[in-house]
Amino acid sequence: MQASVGIQLRMIINCPRNTAMNILQMLLAFALLFMLVTPAFADEVTVYTVSIKDHKFDPAIVEIPSGKKAKLLVKNLDSTPEEFESHDLKREKIVPGNGEITVLVGPLKPGEYKFFGEFNEATAQGKIVVK
Amino acid sequence: MLATAIILFREVLEISLILSVVLVATRGIPGRMRWIWLGIGGGALGSALIALFAQNIASAMEGVGQEVFNACILLAAAAMIGWTVIWMQTHGRELSAKFNNVGKSVREGETPLYVLAVVISLSIWREGAEIVLFMTGILSTTQDSLLSIMTGGMLGAVAAATIGLLIYFGLLKLSVRHLFSTTGILLTLLAAGLTAQAAGYLSAAGLIPDLIPELWDTSAILSTENLLGSIAHSLLGYTERPSGVQLLFYVVTLGFITLMTRKYAPQKSVK
Repeated sequence: MQASVGIQLRMIINCPRNTAMNILQMLLAFALLFMLVTPAFADEVTVYTVSIKDHKFDPAIVEIPSGKKAKLLVKNLDSTPEEFESHDLKREKIVPGNGEITVLVGPLKPGEYKFFGEFNEATAQGKIVVK
Repeated sequence: MLATAIILFREVLEISLILSVVLVATRGIPGRMRWIWLGIGGGALGSALIALFAQNIASAMEGVGQEVFNACILLAAAAMIGWTVIWMQTHGRELSAKFNNVGKSVREGETPLYVLAVVISLSIWREGAEIVLFMTGILSTTQDSLLSIMTGGMLGAVAAATIGLLIYFGLLKLSVRHLFSTTGILLTLLAAGLTAQAAGYLSAAGLIPDLIPELWDTSAILSTENLLGSIAHSLLGYTERPSGVQLLFYVVTLGFITLMTRKYAPQKSVK
């Protein structure tokens, strides 16, 4: 059994590349198509700025109207990187030190959506309140 | 020190789980270790580079560069793993009967093992970049001593590597005992999990719709915050709160790989 797996894998390598390349090409084309067909993110979207200073979010509570798309502009005023993360919003993104990132959120239903800085979870806590 | 340990543990765990699956899938191939180490080396180097260009990547593509970059890495890794599974399943039986010259196989099998290195590098880049960024950040500002940070990091990394090893031996035992190709199933689930994650990043970038924002929330039953959930996430693609499009990617990947395997399967299997 063990030998045959090794042999099987050796065989992959020697097989004609045609079909494999076709599959790869198909996947890439599919991905590209998706990106081209999907309309680009609208420009008239409200931007909410949140700063990170001393590993804390400021403001820690952001209010956003429900049912609308929004952008969070996270500015890292610290010199060390942070990872902006939220399970509620399903977002995970690195904010470089002295850098900034934009996080697309919404449309969201009313409620509270917590976010945190994974690198400094003890102090970097915040939430989006959607009314 | 604890914070460092926890973060390093999480990141290294994801890497070591993928490594375990790849190692189990490739056991028995001569010369694979060289490529595996190459993959790890490329992963480490790439992580440092990505960390260096973090701000550039983040600002790219109107601010969603990071998401698109992550999605591309995940999709590329999934595609290569999928390709590996399909050929493994379709040609294994047919050719193992004819094949009996070990020396020949070594010569023929060696060059294209780069696929292995590429998959490993890709898998390391994402988590690796985070590790590099975190470590550089914490080293420059922390109140803790350097020793305490390094110790915490080592503890976390070693603990995660140990779990990875345990999983490796567990999977090894599993694949020896069962007749059907456990390896193929493991790799297929891994690939499906990767595409589901990619879907998450693409929808975070606003490039694809969520379809349904949250299909279910099983975080109470199995949370990805704990160890078991993390393992389920990396090995099976378990997501505690998946969106509609994530499930779609997952199912389509499973279906596609399985279908292609069946389509190219040998007509008759004579043992």
